[in-house]
Amino acid sequence: MSDLDALLSEAMQAVSSAADEAALEALRVAYLGKKGHLTALLKGLGQLSPEERPAAGARINAAKQQVAEAIQARKEVLEAAALEAQLHGERLDVTLPGRTQSLGGPHPVTRTIDRMVEVFSQAGFAVVEGPEIEDDYHNFEALNFPPHHPARAMHDTFFISDDTVLRTHTSPVQVRVMENQAPPIRVVCPGRVYRTDFDITHTPMFHQLEGLLVDEGVSMADLKGTIVNFLQVYFENDNLAVRFRPSYFPFTEPSAEVDIQCVMCAGEGCRVCKRTGWLEVMGCGMVHPNVLRYSNIDPDVYSGFAFGMGVERLAMLRYGIDDLRIFFENDLSFLRQFG
Amino acid sequence: MRISESWLREWVSPAIDTDSLAEQLTMAGLEIDAIERLGQGLEHVVVAEITAVEAHPNAEKLRVCTVNAGTSQHQIVCGAPNARVGLKAPLAQLGAELPAPEPGGKPLTIKKAKLRGVESQGMLCAQRELGLGEDDAGLWELPADAPVGRSLNDYLQLPDAVLDVDLTPNRSDCLSVAGVAREVGVLNRQTVNEPAFTEVPASCDDVFPVQLKAVDDCPRYLGRVIRGVDLSCPTPLWMQQKLLRAGVRSIDAAVDVTNYVMLELGQPMHAFDLQQLQGGIEVRLATEGECLTLLDGAELTLDSSCLVIADQAKALALAGIMGGQGSGVRPDTVDLMLEAAHFTPSRIAGRARRFGLHTESSHRFERGVDPELPRRAIERATELLLAIVGGQAGPVSEALDAPALAARPAITLRRPRILQLLGFELPDSEVEDHLQRLGFGLSHHSEGWKVEVPSHRFDVEQEADLLEELARIYGYNRLPMRVVRHSGALSHSEEACLDKRQLRGQLHALGYQEAITYSFIDPADQQAFYADEPAVPLRNPISSEMSVMRTSLLPGLVRALEHNVKRQHNRVRLFEAGQCFRDQSGALDQREYLAGAICGSRLPESWASASDLADFYDLKGDVEALLELGQPGLQDVEFRAAQHPAMHPGQCATVHRKDIVIGHLGALHPRLQKALDVPKNVFLFELVLDKLLEGKLPSYSKISKFPEVRRDLAMLINQQLSVAEVTSRVRDVAGPVLIELLVFDVYSGKGVPEGQKSLGLGLTLQDHSRTLTEEDVSTCLERIVATLEQEFGATLRN
Repeated sequence: MSDLDALLSEAMQAVSSAADEAALEALRVAYLGKKGHLTALLKGLGQLSPEERPAAGARINAAKQQVAEAIQARKEVLEAAALEAQLHGERLDVTLPGRTQSLGGPHPVTRTIDRMVEVFSQAGFAVVEGPEIEDDYHNFEALNFPPHHPARAMHDTFFISDDTVLRTHTSPVQVRVMENQAPPIRVVCPGRVYRTDFDITHTPMFHQLEGLLVDEGVSMADLKGTIVNFLQVYFENDNLAVRFRPSYFPFTEPSAEVDIQCVMCAGEGCRVCKRTGWLEVMGCGMVHPNVLRYSNIDPDVYSGFAFGMGVERLAMLRYGIDDLRIFFENDLSFLRQFG
Repeated sequence: MRISESWLREWVSPAIDTDSLAEQLTMAGLEIDAIERLGQGLEHVVVAEITAVEAHPNAEKLRVCTVNAGTSQHQIVCGAPNARVGLKAPLAQLGAELPAPEPGGKPLTIKKAKLRGVESQGMLCAQRELGLGEDDAGLWELPADAPVGRSLNDYLQLPDAVLDVDLTPNRSDCLSVAGVAREVGVLNRQTVNEPAFTEVPASCDDVFPVQLKAVDDCPRYLGRVIRGVDLSCPTPLWMQQKLLRAGVRSIDAAVDVTNYVMLELGQPMHAFDLQQLQGGIEVRLATEGECLTLLDGAELTLDSSCLVIADQAKALALAGIMGGQGSGVRPDTVDLMLEAAHFTPSRIAGRARRFGLHTESSHRFERGVDPELPRRAIERATELLLAIVGGQAGPVSEALDAPALAARPAITLRRPRILQLLGFELPDSEVEDHLQRLGFGLSHHSEGWKVEVPSHRFDVEQEADLLEELARIYGYNRLPMRVVRHSGALSHSEEACLDKRQLRGQLHALGYQEAITYSFIDPADQQAFYADEPAVPLRNPISSEMSVMRTSLLPGLVRALEHNVKRQHNRVRLFEAGQCFRDQSGALDQREYLAGAICGSRLPESWASASDLADFYDLKGDVEALLELGQPGLQDVEFRAAQHPAMHPGQCATVHRKDIVIGHLGALHPRLQKALDVPKNVFLFELVLDKLLEGKLPSYSKISKFPEVRRDLAMLINQQLSVAEVTSRVRDVAGPVLIELLVFDVYSGKGVPEGQKSLGLGLTLQDHSRTLTEEDVSTCLERIVATLEQEFGATLRN
């Protein structure tokens, strides 16, 4: 049976050095095919004695099995090598930038309004907007500004006609809400407002966000709690110091200005806070009973508070912007910094 | 208002320093904007007298003075033109630190120096060099009786601090030293030492008659004749100093005294030259067309809405605002008449502003001056005036219309309202103490208190005003805080309605950066973009470039695009959401729009993409992506070729939703592109924002279990035919079995006959109830082809 050993050894040698799948296939045919060398040995079994046949047959079959397994193993090796080569050829420079549209983003004023609205919406405040060209009634009279009252001079007003103005604040939206909705009322009103001032610290157009809450049993404690809570959330500082100073707005009584500890110097005193350690950020107060009466809300049953803040002012403090006018130049180099 | 701390402390002087005083006032609602400190570093400045003046050997304009500083003599080189023997002036001795000549600069330290070769042992000073006034013309000429050698700070009661109080319009009661002192007294629980109020007895009988002819405007007018004054007498230094620190220039003794009384007590006054008055005073409304020349030279033409102080001949003064020329006191005035009147705030308000005027007097009267003040003020002014310029005072004559000056009704303060509105309980004793210190009269009432309002508090009209006073004096920062709870029911929410944030987010994803442009634009831009559309003008614009309200967002956006292109941003994608304004035959239409402007390459320049310029279809794709948010599949949306004044006539479309025009898109008109000097490929869209927010609630329809069949058709059609006409017809003919139709190719050129285009349509067919057979599909396609051939003259390609 030395023929079989020689043949097996020759086949194993050939398989292990086969270079590709075609060569392997040829070897399979040559050794294991119908006319293959090993198959031929099986056919020669007839010449052996019946006693010898089973053992010889088993040995030949074992040899066939061994070759077939070697071919399969070799095939897998060759396939793996081929895949490896393919993968290597398909390797990319993953550091190249992706293929995409550029990404735009919101104006910092919008970004700030969105943030404020999101904070207030947690407490159930809904967003309401209103017209920017207003009548005197909604911008002034219904807010308890009598005609010619000096308080009107605090608002440098753009006029369209004698009794039509560009709104000087977003408070007229609150009046419109109270005209159309019975308490309880919880709204915030963001939007553009206009005053005839144009210098380093004023633009003739800017944005405010005002809030109004009217319900039974609302007190100044609720106002203070809401404002302090909002400012600490907005600036992400639970220890932010906030103080209330008496002030005057015709539409609130009592009225207050709100100062926060300077966020630039943490109250140490710097250029931004004019060395006082405090920054004025908003006005607020309890809704004046006259204002409630104008909208047919009984001030003996309901009370409320209102507040208003400059959006650009809070954006400047939050993002460290030191020039107001840059907001409306719409320079992409500026806008792209905010998303 | 500027208020001298030392003057204030003559009235009330709590044991706290300047900063604490300022803080206290700020926290009580009298905001201190700034503190100006006077007399700092002036410890080495003394009153000195020039005893000899000699020419400087090397300089024509300088002189060498010998100066007596009391205990020592100094040689001082001086360039002031008024340096002369006998003059008393401040001398800054060696070591003095004068205020910095420039704000924020370093103080000037006086050292021994040689000026053109001559030694100077100090510096003789002008007011301004000491930071004590504006006068810079020469040495400060101190009064002849100034004590030589005395420290200037001692002599002038320095150092002092000037508090700049930014008063809100409601607190007119604090527009005086007396008013601020009252407030300080309450805050510190201290009694205010008012100067003794003395009535000056008449020393002559002269009375100048006064008649009130407009009692609603002026219910009280006091006059007093003073004869034989000598206005050449200088105003005493202490009074000049107080005026100066309040920011009022010294003029002459008569004017200075009226100003002094106004600053001290809050009552504006006026002094007439009696010789110039004829007959008697009338306080009346002006006649139509009456003329008056004011002190500042302004010539006014009045009408019956103006209140004047007149004599029998003519109007003399605009009441409560400004005196007239020719009737006021002059340096040679001998007999004068003092005026102290009360003008009703609501009647006087707005009158000064109408003439572009704003005076110390109008400022106070339109906010409210205590109607009980005139008598006190006129006595005080008489007392001061007689002491300075001599003369004989007549009796005070008062014209009064008592009913027009009716006292204001008392206010009921209900005890429970304190807790309800302020959120804290204040013991009765505290309530009473706070209010009484503020001058309110109190009596008990079943619900709380009846409160009488003092005549100086014009801002207190109802209960809420009293609550503010209580909160203010108690301290806003001591009030409790409570976080509001949610009020219960969740609010109404419309699911089909989009949020503006979704639209903005879509545009951000499409590469658009949000811009915010001014709502008022240049009328020239309005004309260039919308020649036929008038814009609403502002009556008082900031400038002509910002003088009309925009009717569209496009001019502002294109300007913003231009701004960026000029700053090397070649690829710009901007959008804005905002209101626009149109005058529609008298009715104002205000509507919110969403607009965009793009230029430059389709995609950002990159190794991976060609730098193809964006075109109309890129912009249209962006608009479709916006519309798709509310209109999945763009079912009710249609684009039609259209005209727009700012857009290319061949590259412009209107957007329709259910046949309503909701906006435009297109290429910037080449005429505008050239005029604005922007790149050629600028594309714009503008849509009515409300319409974009109308969405649809999803409604489920069953998914078919049967297979889809895709067939493509290539048709030749007339070049002029719009693709939408063809596809719309294909949909009609195919019916519901056509579940998707896409245009995969549009081609004209080689291989396609002149005047025609080849259109590639991809049709996807599917039925809900069965599998479509080959026959179903071909019948459908044949019907489509036949219709297109018949109706559009189309031919099937190959």
